[in-house]
Amino acid sequence: MRLNEKYFNALMIAGLLALPLWAVVADQPFTITLVTRAVILALAAVGLNIILGIGGMVSFGHAVFFGIGGYAMGILAYHAQTYTALDLGPFSTDGTKSMPVIWLVAMILSGLVAFFIGLLSLRTSGVYFIMITLAFGQMFFYFAISWAQYGGEDGLSIYVRNDFPGLNTLAPIQFYGICFTLLCVVLFLFARLQASPFGLALNAARQTPTRVETVGLNPMRLKLLAFVLSGAITGLAGALFADLNRFVSPTMFSWQLSGELIVLIIIGGVGRLMGPVIGACVFVALEHFLGELTDFWHVYLGVVLLCIVLFGRGGLIGLLTGKEGVHV
Amino acid sequence: MKKFLAAAAVSALCSTGALAEVKVGMITTLSGGGAGLGIDVRDGFMLAIAQSGRDDIEVVIEDDQRKPDIAVQLSDKMIQSERVDVMTGIIWSNLAMAVVPAAVNQNVIYLSPNAGPSPLAGKGCHQNYFNVAWQNDNLHEAAGAYANGTGYKNSFILAPNYPAGVDALTGYKRFFEGDLAGEIYTELGQTDYAAEIAQIRASDADSVFFFLPGGMGISFLKQYADSGIDLPVVGPAFSFDQGILQAVGDAALGVVNTSQWNKDIDNPTNAAFVESFQAEYGRLPSLYASQGFDTANLFLSALDKADPSDADAFREALRAAEFESTRGDFSFGPNHHPVQTIYAREVIKEGDVFTNKILGVALENHSDAYAAECKM
Amino acid sequence: MSSILIIEQILNGLQFGVMLFLMAAGLTLIFGVMGLINLAHGSLYMVGAFAAAAVAGVTGSFLLALVAALAAAALAGAIVEMVVIRRLYNAPHLDQVLATFALILIFSEGTRWVFGSFPLFLDIPDALSGPVTLPGGIEYPLYRLTLIGIGLAVAVGLWALIERTRLGIQIRAGENDREMIAALGVDISKLYTLVFALGAALAGLAGALVGAIQSVQVGMGEPVLILAFVVIVIGGIGSVRGAFIGALLVGLTDTLGGVFLPELFKLFMDNGAAQKSGSALASMGIYVLMGLVLIWRPTGLFGARA
Repeated sequence: MRLNEKYFNALMIAGLLALPLWAVVADQPFTITLVTRAVILALAAVGLNIILGIGGMVSFGHAVFFGIGGYAMGILAYHAQTYTALDLGPFSTDGTKSMPVIWLVAMILSGLVAFFIGLLSLRTSGVYFIMITLAFGQMFFYFAISWAQYGGEDGLSIYVRNDFPGLNTLAPIQFYGICFTLLCVVLFLFARLQASPFGLALNAARQTPTRVETVGLNPMRLKLLAFVLSGAITGLAGALFADLNRFVSPTMFSWQLSGELIVLIIIGGVGRLMGPVIGACVFVALEHFLGELTDFWHVYLGVVLLCIVLFGRGGLIGLLTGKEGVHV
Repeated sequence: MKKFLAAAAVSALCSTGALAEVKVGMITTLSGGGAGLGIDVRDGFMLAIAQSGRDDIEVVIEDDQRKPDIAVQLSDKMIQSERVDVMTGIIWSNLAMAVVPAAVNQNVIYLSPNAGPSPLAGKGCHQNYFNVAWQNDNLHEAAGAYANGTGYKNSFILAPNYPAGVDALTGYKRFFEGDLAGEIYTELGQTDYAAEIAQIRASDADSVFFFLPGGMGISFLKQYADSGIDLPVVGPAFSFDQGILQAVGDAALGVVNTSQWNKDIDNPTNAAFVESFQAEYGRLPSLYASQGFDTANLFLSALDKADPSDADAFREALRAAEFESTRGDFSFGPNHHPVQTIYAREVIKEGDVFTNKILGVALENHSDAYAAECKM
Repeated sequence: MSSILIIEQILNGLQFGVMLFLMAAGLTLIFGVMGLINLAHGSLYMVGAFAAAAVAGVTGSFLLALVAALAAAALAGAIVEMVVIRRLYNAPHLDQVLATFALILIFSEGTRWVFGSFPLFLDIPDALSGPVTLPGGIEYPLYRLTLIGIGLAVAVGLWALIERTRLGIQIRAGENDREMIAALGVDISKLYTLVFALGAALAGLAGALVGAIQSVQVGMGEPVLILAFVVIVIGGIGSVRGAFIGALLVGLTDTLGGVFLPELFKLFMDNGAAQKSGSALASMGIYVLMGLVLIWRPTGLFGARA
């Protein structure tokens, strides 16, 4: 039986609500942690999906924004926790433990960096674009490793999760609620964006850039705007991820992470609203359950991924709903 | 999840099917690069648990893939879902820094079988944190002391550009009294050292100290041996351990390295350990295996005296460290880090197998530089 | 810094560069002819090194080890091409990235399954060990000189193969127009398997040659893979000449950057700090180089104009 994609999406959301609530009742806090991890990775991948799915730009360096979000959280919270001033030249701050402020900083910073990276790398396309974004990722990675002030390769530990007004963020289910709500908001925005004139133009720019130009739009400007949006959302996810682990380290900048984000989207289905969400859930589940079976679980993960590529065109959603995916 | 019940579970002692009463959570690296270290720690640890004959200990073992975020999540799992009493197993300093501070603050006892980052020995020390291996700087300090004793006056030193690498050079310089002919930070994960070796050749050094763990050390030693430079090399045990020595081959022969353990340390515990490890796993034990074994025996010795549910008494029993260590005398300093003798060893060939033999003592009853900062 | 040291460092950069070329040549050929992004190219490098170490361990012969490395990598390449890669030629780049990423996982953990978690031993043959004295009094390891020689020889051989043989004509035709050569009666699937196996063999050779002076271990392929990608992007994807120039540029930048940047920083910093910042900047050097090249020429130095 083929599912309608809309029903399927609703089912996904319901599942993401029900599973953690069951975990609370059954007293399985670690299940909540796992689902939270999936939701945050999904959020990062939804950000990537804007440029990958709608705009057709394969960024192999999205870990840059994930990492910037993480370090924005790490650095602000570190200064707040050690009561030291963060000196930024003209002004200085004592850091903060407030999540909304951290999110804002994370999104602005990663958006800014995305602007500059986009400005340079969007001049290229295809494989060159994949590789130049990878190169930026590696630059940030090596920089973070030798950034001694904030722990270098050891990273930064934040002992207590940051605060959100009115909630106890240390309770797994409450922190999950925050992440889930943010994911829903971003998914809503993604759906609106996809249907908006901007989304349609971006989609057209992927398929036939010249046609976009002839109607008077500047494809470069469209792509850059999408890239900035995408970076900011992935940055937000990075800040949440750091808060989930109460820890940031250069691995958040690693090319493996950039690769994983792409993998999540492909597993679920490129350019689909819930593609990254189901992709993240499947990936986290595989990672967790295969790891329990054998030390050599990477082999099985590899085989599963291969099967998805070879036999599951359009990702899992495509498989379940019978619709081909977007080709990039 | 792989659950190992103590070997004696089948013995007649527990005809009623005794429930595991004490739960240990082990997070270590079992897949990907660096898995060899985690496997050795696990095998050493499980050997001691099996030899104890106790059937009331359950060890939950998880693979961190050497990823800090995975380690943190596993730690949450150990504490929230498994409700373990004691945690152990982490190999890498960056993973330890991600996991340990949060874990010990949630009233879990953590026994470190390998990593000993300086923050956890100094200002960040904690009553629930016990390091059974070494403080990270220890073996490098011993190398510096050995260099003095041998009469080196001008060392060329190198390490990767990351916190443990910076600590290594700091540790060496802390004890070395001579001059530095050069000081180089290499890239983490670097595999070609031609450029650095050329700089060593061009310098007027009389000795070389390096800290390049894992594959980096193998590459450096092979390339150094081939370069024709014959300056003496000294380094910490990590690049000369049983697991990787065979891959270095002749290039390591005669190199002096510092270690708190070797298979020829003369005491009955060590002899029995080396023999039983070989019998059980069919390979010579490594430094890491000995640390895993000692960690388990420390834990068992405390378990004989107190129950983990009585945290104060259990900590007190751990602090006393009344167990037979494979390295001979072992006690804890005020910051719960070892006070122990560190030896200089030389790489030799026994038949076809490369291994180490002890040359002498590099530092006697050595503590660490951070103990004074610890306010426990 | 003496001129001898500078020349020695240039030789080091050259040696690093030609080894990168062996990796990059296969990668760029495979992309040029089949339009495939092969992330698993680093795994074939690892297969070569492990095969060489295993055979050298049993027979003690370095030459046999090299042959084994070439054969094992070519065989692994051919099998992978026929079982998996063949289905991906018309797939989007994304699918290729994911599938070959999956192959990395399978190769790496599979190798660990077979050979265990500890590094393997592979040594330089006695005849090539130790340093020789070059004109001007430079002492330089003979093995590294040999590597430079082999790398240059392979470069010339590859050039001759592509420019002077029938296979080369087919390869060049394949780069330009796939349908056309199929229409001309060339067995395209055989050609693809052959090109893939050739690229794999070059990677395996590089793995075995470099394995003798480095650590033969699981995961050794990935750092080299990333560098090889940087090389072909700088050179222009699909261009063997570009791969050669790119490889030398990357090799020299990486080696010389690591030596001279800390020296430069010492002019205005104390020793330890200069070392740390200099080497941090040096590790980013080749990526900066790649960024600059792409900003200047968005399809690399010798790439087809987009």
